[in-house]
Order: sequence, then structure tokens, then C-alpha cells
Amino acid sequence: MIEVENLSKQFGKKTAVDHLSFSVRKGEVLGFLGPNGAGKSTTMRMVTGFLPPTSGDAKICGISIVDQPSEAKRKIGYLPESAPLYNDMTVIAFLRFCAEARGLSGNTRNDAVARSIETCFLQSVAYQSIDTLSKGYRHRTCLAQSLLHDPEVLILDEPTDGLDPNQKHEVRQLIKRLGETKAILFSTHILEEVEAACSRAVIVDRGKIVADGTPTELIAQSGTGSLTDLFRKVTTLDTAA
Amino acid sequence: MKNVWTIFKRELFSYFNHPIAYAVIVVFLLLSMIFAFTLGGFMEVQDASLTYSFFAYLPFVLMVLVPAVGMRLLAEEHRSGTIELLGTMPISMGSVIFGKFLAAATIWLVALLLTFPIWITVNWFGDPDNLTIISGYLGGFLVACCFLAITLLVSAFTRDQVICLIVAATICIGIVLGTFDPFVRAYSKALPAGVSDAIRSLGVWDHYMSLARGAFRLQDAVWFGSIILACLLGTSTILTAKRA
Repeated sequence: MIEVENLSKQFGKKTAVDHLSFSVRKGEVLGFLGPNGAGKSTTMRMVTGFLPPTSGDAKICGISIVDQPSEAKRKIGYLPESAPLYNDMTVIAFLRFCAEARGLSGNTRNDAVARSIETCFLQSVAYQSIDTLSKGYRHRTCLAQSLLHDPEVLILDEPTDGLDPNQKHEVRQLIKRLGETKAILFSTHILEEVEAACSRAVIVDRGKIVADGTPTELIAQSGTGSLTDLFRKVTTLDTAA
Repeated sequence: MKNVWTIFKRELFSYFNHPIAYAVIVVFLLLSMIFAFTLGGFMEVQDASLTYSFFAYLPFVLMVLVPAVGMRLLAEEHRSGTIELLGTMPISMGSVIFGKFLAAATIWLVALLLTFPIWITVNWFGDPDNLTIISGYLGGFLVACCFLAITLLVSAFTRDQVICLIVAATICIGIVLGTFDPFVRAYSKALPAGVSDAIRSLGVWDHYMSLARGAFRLQDAVWFGSIILACLLGTSTILTAKRA
């Protein structure tokens, strides 16, 4: 459902993403790992159509994000890093706005908003202004936004970043549940998350894939039975040249 | 078009949730009235029209205040990261910019309409040509739209609201003062007559004052329309190119 083919991104002379290829099938949750600055967010921004790739392409349900961006974007739900929101709106007004921007209107829009609010447990804050929300609620509001149009593909950039352990657990369960019917690509720094929620994981370093497999395979690859050891072995420190 | 409406609604709602719209409207009303009653000599001139007492001073007020309304339109999206949400929705950059532009233009429509007491006054004391006044308001609104489009174009280059405000205001002040008749006369003495005429018809006054005097000419519509359109298209192109 997500097919990334030779995707590259160059910022000036710096190569952020270097001929990356991978695919995510329906019913699969792909964990996207890598140190800071490895090109995870850049890759996600290209796949969602926010950044145009320098070369290569990503196909969402067979539709190229480069050639038919509008059609491809309709299939994607996206949670950007740090969950950006319009602080001056209430949760429900924000979700209604996003639903309308996604082309939903009338009852379809209201039903979609109600469903998202329920899925992300936002009932208690629905009429609250977004700038008064805690980080956990902010994250879930942004996640709700990505689910409005019931997309076939979900792309989540660090969905559990900054959440407390309870919230992390809930979001992981949610990802797992959604992953049964969708294709999900999510990035994380928390390696346990990979075992808890992913059916497959890739490790990226300096714009290239350095490891790829199911959590069990990756742990076997590490030789020590720990994902952290494998991660440290295949990736470079950001201080290294 | 539906997307433009969605963006427009959100942006307008956001304006009325922020003090900036109210502040700008109040300052605008104060300044435009002060100009009308002092420099314009509204009470003294015995002329039942608003052309030279009120409309003639509007560009001086608008050149500074319009950039203050437009500066946050794009900067805020970049600062909060919501540009990433908009950029991944099936909405074109053009409709985002146009929707935002219309929302800010509506603020100026409201601000201009709120000067209605001066219109009531002039009708109370005299018998003005109300069509000329409507034409003057249309001119004022077009000047505001034009400055707004310039502000948007500037804000495509910078993410900083203050820099955007300063640069956009400087450009607008340059357009207003640089083509203001007494100034043009002063600095074009050494130039051939054709040059100063060209400067005048390139600038805002020629087109605006003809509307304020009640004359609707095709060249004025083309002048305002092409500046607004060029700036908005430029904004969209630059924003798209910057991501590549």
C-alpha cells in the first residue's frame, strides 16, 4: 500500500535521504527507527507529499505522490512530529475544519468527527480550547485529525513522543488495532515499541536502510538478544563525521 | 473553491479570536477620523463629499496598518508547524493563500464599513453624491487588498513576523509617498515631463483618486487586479519552490 522507490532528498549539498526503498502492505505496521537526523521525518514528509523528493517516488495505494499528489494525499492520514495544531480553536472546531479540508461535509463530517473523538478518547475535552490542553491530549487531537477520513495509509511521526507511560500504552494499542486494516508507517526512538506494536521494522542511518526485518529477526541479528545493541551497532553517532 | 471557503472561515474565526484585528480596526478608525477632522478639514471645507476630506488620507493610514494585519497569515502557520498539516491535505497552496487573503480582506472591509458615522454626518449636513462615496470606499478597499497582497508576498520570503511587517510597510510607504503628487513634483523637476507622468500612473494615487472622485476606469481595475493577482501567484510559487 505504501511503496517507496529510490526516494532521495538533498538539501543543498547535504543528502538527507539516500535512495531509500521499502514497502508497507495492508495489515502491516512498519516501525521506522534511526538516530536523530537520520532522515526519518524527511522521508515521511516526502511520502505524505509535503516535501517534493529530489528523485524517486512513493506510491500510495498505487497512486504516485509526485504525479497525482491530490489523489494520493486523500489516502493518507498523517501525524506530523510534535503534533502541530491551531491553538485558537476548540478540539471539535479544529477537527471539523480538518474534516472539511478533507472534503467531508454535512452529516458525513459530523459523523467522522464524532468517530475520531471516540477513537482517541477526546470526549471530555471536545469543547475545550486547544491551547489549554495537556501534551497527551494535544497529541491525541492531532492523531484524531489523521483518522477523520478513515485513510487506508497512516503515517505517524513519533506518535508516542512526550506521552506518559499510560498514554504510550494506549497509543500503541490503538496503532496495533488500526494496523489490522490499514498500512501504518510510524517512527519512534523507543525500541520496546517496536516489539509492542510493529510487525516489521527498518533502521535508517544517514538516509540509508541499515537493517530490515520482523522484531524477532532483528533481535536475532543483534546476537545479544537486545534491539538496543543492534541499533548501536548499525547506526553512527551524530558527532561522527 | 470549497477549499478556499474552508480556509477563509478558519482564518476569519482566528482573526476575531485575536486582539490584533480589534486593535488594528480601532487604530484605523482613530487615525482616519483624526486625519479627516484635522488635515482634511471635514467640518470647515463646506463641501458635501468625502473625496478630499476623508478618502485622500486613507492610503497614509493603510500603508502601515495593512501589513500589520497580513504579517501573521503565513508566519503563524510556519511557527506552529500547521503548514505541514495543510501541506499534506488535498488542498492546493493556491487555495490556502487565496482563502487567507480573503479573510484578511474581510477585516479591512469591516474596518472601512465601520467609518459609516462620517458618511451619516456628511448626509446629515449636506447632500453628497452617495455613488461617489461608494466608489471611494471601493477604492479604499482595493488599496487595502493591494497592500495585503504585497504583505503576503513579503511573508513568503521570511518566517519572521516583525521582518515581514517592516519590509512590507516600507514597500507600501514607498509606493504611497514615492508617487504622491507633491513629492513627485519635487523630485522630478530635473526629469523630463514624461517620466513624472509615468511615475504617477504607475503609483497608487492616480488609480485610487480617480475612484475616490467617482470615476470608474478600466485601467484602475486592471492596475489593482494585476498587482493583487501577481503578488498572490508569486506567494504561491515561492512557497512551493522553497520546499523543493
